[in-house]
Amino acid sequence: MTTESLVLPAAAAPEKTWLERAHAWVTTVDHKRLGIMYIVFALVCLVVGGLEATIIRLQLMKAHANVVSPEVFNELFTMHGTTMIFFVAMPIMFGAANYLAPLMIGARDMAFPRLNAFTFWLTVFGAALLYYSLLGGYGLYGDAFAPNVGWFAYAPLTAKTFSRGHSNDYWTLALLVSGFGSVGTAINVIATIFSQRCRGMTLGRMPLAVWLFLVMCVLVLFTLTPLTAAQLMLLVDRYLGGHFFDAQAGGSAVLWMHFFWVFGHPEVYVLALPAYGFLSEIIQVFSRKAIFGYPAMVAASIVIAFISMSVWAHHMFSVGMTSYGNTFFVITTMAISVPTGIKIFNWLATIWGGKVDFKVPMLWAIAFLFQFLVAGLTGVMLACAPLDWHLTNSYFVVAHFHYVIVGALFMAVFGAFYFWYPKVVGRMLSEKLGRWHFWLFVIGFHLTFDFMHIPGFLGMPRRIYTYEPGRGWDVWNVIIGIGVLFQGVGTLILVFNLIRSAKKGKPAGNDPWDAWTLEWSTSSPPPEYNFATLPVVRSRRPLWDLKHPEDPDWKYE
Amino acid sequence: MTTVQLSEAETPWVLPSAGRVGMFSLIAAEVSIFVIFIVAYLFYLGKSVTGPTPAILHPPIFLSVCLLSSSATMELAVRGLKRTGARGFIGWWLLTFALGATFLAGTGLEWRHLIQDEGLTISTNLFGTTFYSLVGLHGFHVLVGLVLMLLTAGFAARGLLSRESAPKVEVLALYWHFVDVVWVVVFTVVYLVGR
Amino acid sequence: MSPTTIFSPESSAARMIFDLSLLVYVVCTVIFVVVSALLIYALVKYRKRRGDETREPAQIFGSKQIELAWTIIPIIIVLVLFLSSVRVIAATQDAKMPPGTIEVNVVGHQYWWEYRYPGLGVVTANELHIPTSDPAKPTPTLLHLYSADANHSYWVPRLAGKTDLIPNHPNQLWFDPEKPGLYLGQCAQYCGVQHAKMLLRVYVHSPDDFRRWIEEQKEPARQVDTVARGRELFERTNCMNCHTIAGTPATGRFGPDLTHLMSRETLAAGIVPNNRDNLRAWIKDPNSLKPGSLMPAIAFDDAELDAVTDYLMTLR
Repeated sequence: MTTESLVLPAAAAPEKTWLERAHAWVTTVDHKRLGIMYIVFALVCLVVGGLEATIIRLQLMKAHANVVSPEVFNELFTMHGTTMIFFVAMPIMFGAANYLAPLMIGARDMAFPRLNAFTFWLTVFGAALLYYSLLGGYGLYGDAFAPNVGWFAYAPLTAKTFSRGHSNDYWTLALLVSGFGSVGTAINVIATIFSQRCRGMTLGRMPLAVWLFLVMCVLVLFTLTPLTAAQLMLLVDRYLGGHFFDAQAGGSAVLWMHFFWVFGHPEVYVLALPAYGFLSEIIQVFSRKAIFGYPAMVAASIVIAFISMSVWAHHMFSVGMTSYGNTFFVITTMAISVPTGIKIFNWLATIWGGKVDFKVPMLWAIAFLFQFLVAGLTGVMLACAPLDWHLTNSYFVVAHFHYVIVGALFMAVFGAFYFWYPKVVGRMLSEKLGRWHFWLFVIGFHLTFDFMHIPGFLGMPRRIYTYEPGRGWDVWNVIIGIGVLFQGVGTLILVFNLIRSAKKGKPAGNDPWDAWTLEWSTSSPPPEYNFATLPVVRSRRPLWDLKHPEDPDWKYE
Repeated sequence: MTTVQLSEAETPWVLPSAGRVGMFSLIAAEVSIFVIFIVAYLFYLGKSVTGPTPAILHPPIFLSVCLLSSSATMELAVRGLKRTGARGFIGWWLLTFALGATFLAGTGLEWRHLIQDEGLTISTNLFGTTFYSLVGLHGFHVLVGLVLMLLTAGFAARGLLSRESAPKVEVLALYWHFVDVVWVVVFTVVYLVGR
Repeated sequence: MSPTTIFSPESSAARMIFDLSLLVYVVCTVIFVVVSALLIYALVKYRKRRGDETREPAQIFGSKQIELAWTIIPIIIVLVLFLSSVRVIAATQDAKMPPGTIEVNVVGHQYWWEYRYPGLGVVTANELHIPTSDPAKPTPTLLHLYSADANHSYWVPRLAGKTDLIPNHPNQLWFDPEKPGLYLGQCAQYCGVQHAKMLLRVYVHSPDDFRRWIEEQKEPARQVDTVARGRELFERTNCMNCHTIAGTPATGRFGPDLTHLMSRETLAAGIVPNNRDNLRAWIKDPNSLKPGSLMPAIAFDDAELDAVTDYLMTLR
């Protein structure tokens, strides 16, 4: 019984023209190619979203600045949020799940390869719809181009009365379309993980990353769909004369908020869970130790997903729910910090007693740990409803969620890039450029997002295109803007590294990091069929068993 | 008598079918959508400012019987397919289609009555908005099921269906049963609780 | 010191939040310091040393006791923070208002604030005037929050946390400042193009000053003959459709009540000082000061503009 994978030598094939190669990519159903396309697409949208953020911060560097008009500013923050969540963060996670899950479970592809391609292109089409608004948004009475109601599109701002043109319909339609894509991908990943595992890989022997992809996708099934439902209702209101959110007819603006946040809060856990998966894989390999408390990690992930569906109205503490309602959401929100804390402690315990190698993926993981800790603690502050009555809708919240999404999730994603790029491309990313990327980005991140908490404490609300001087907000906004520069340069270095190393990077071989999960048993990049013979496993770390036949994991599990 | 433990390598490695897992996942997602529409329906009960109320509704008993029995006929069709192939299948299948189509047609008639005689449209008031959205969403899922049934019948007519196709048809049957279960809930909420 | 800091509470509502927040900051800081210290220690002590390339450390898969400990301790911390929060929630939201409460109906508009004092017969806009509240004989202010259009939010950090104004969903907010002064804030829920320019100005007076202000505000508009031309223009053009001036035929409700316009220090929801130049510029073209404001520019020529401005300048 072996997990060694023989790669069958490719027959010499005639050179393809670039058109033929492009056609092959566009029509592919191979999970690896689709995974790469998801990630490249996400990186393009990251640059666009980053530009939007840069303009926003430029406008806010000075009180009463005139870099952009109020209308354009409002479109910018709407597009920035929508792009980053739906067309950067989600695609990266789905791309990672697409690429890694079949390899990690010893399968040849996803359960439904054609559905896989279809849902990818749905997502891309959704992004195209959203940005088409810049051309087509000016409807009959249109008062804006791109959507301008914020990424949560609160009713009744989205009613025909207040949003006269079609700009915000592009928001609705883009997310409706890409929402179907997301649910389709989730179905595919779940079916794959349940029905395509190689022999011996019970659910209890799957890598943690696979568990987290599974939990994430199950969560997607239950959380994307409320948004779909709410958006269908919004379309009924706008085009069929419906009254779901029409205050004049007895409709409720608060109901939209409930529906949106029933989606919106678990959505951030959809983004966070795969990041936890990356962390677990990276920390194990670079501490040279098995993850501490695998069963607890799995249980904590499931509990987090579960609880995350019960906390949504902590986004609505200022909306005027009863004291009982507020109290309920305080306790559920605080409760979620317990399994989350457990994860942090388990990672700490994995490092403890290990042998830490500070390669670039591990640097990102370490940054994640400190920053996720801070983000979680500011979350606890926000969970206290009375304190949230100040901090909600202020820059404190903006700082908090960017701390989570950029400081934790994105840094985990960057770590994942440096960790798995060698597998995907067959060459190592430059360690030197990686360190430049890391330090520039981390410094920029802290300049921007540490200091962003302060204007929140000093009364600065969010989504304002300018502010009054004399409220003490000015200097902090300058520092925030400077940090953006560092992050931008860091990101450009990453992109340069990604492109350059594809040709010039050191050849990686199958297993450059001396890791233990199945993707490292096949060649880099893997052949189209992934494994010449499907592996058979007996423990959570099949390659550890192979490399340490005197002390295999299955003796202890 | 001693029992011999099979080694791990000898025990059969059985995994659930991708189609079934996929369909259950789709059903989970769809349930989520319906829950939101049902919550909106319940929340807005009694809150319409003007216009007709749920009192004007007549529970569609006959139509519901049609729809729910179509689940039974579909089961019979699948069993027929497993036992004797396409021949034991097509009769029950077409009956299922007819029952489903009757349900949809009946819904259409009910709506025509509501619109023309009672003056209830989707834009009349909250009741109209939530009623047509919820029942319409369900009806749309019935329509999709009917289209898929027609496609399957088409495959059968071209001789492409055999006993080996049974697992795939079972997955479709799962979807249809889900549609029926949703109808039980919608019926209860709209025609029993809401009135 | 920032006039909108949350660290300088000036009412018991804000003070309760401040006291709770201190506990929360301390707990979070302690957790951060302890966990970070452990993390740094682990990274330093267990770093890979030179020459130690091939050794694999002892593989530890878990420990029931340790994992139990780090489950139980956070649960206890969560309970403490939860119970502390619940106390403040109850004390704020379910507080019984004493008989001396000043009630104000606040209607949020795109992009201005309407204030109506139903018990006192006063209607004004954009600048809220309230009395101090003596803890011995409390006279807090209770705001009833409504919206005429989209969602807004009332946030004056030194006086209270924020509460939203949502159409068809009335809310309440109270505060009881003890020191007179001017307290600043602004709309804190994105409500459209000029969300950033819906500023809040709360003038807290001693009880006597407040009574005087009420008496002045109850008077109908001053009638000054020299500005008859301006008044005539006001009443003949579209101004009447949106604005009320008590004691005149102008009874529009879409825009702010202008009866005592010149008693206000600022214009257009706090964004510019209330003086002749700004007033004239505003009337000429509101979009020059607040692009996206819902007040249209009336096509007055210069002479008419001066006349109307002169008229409004008499509305003290």
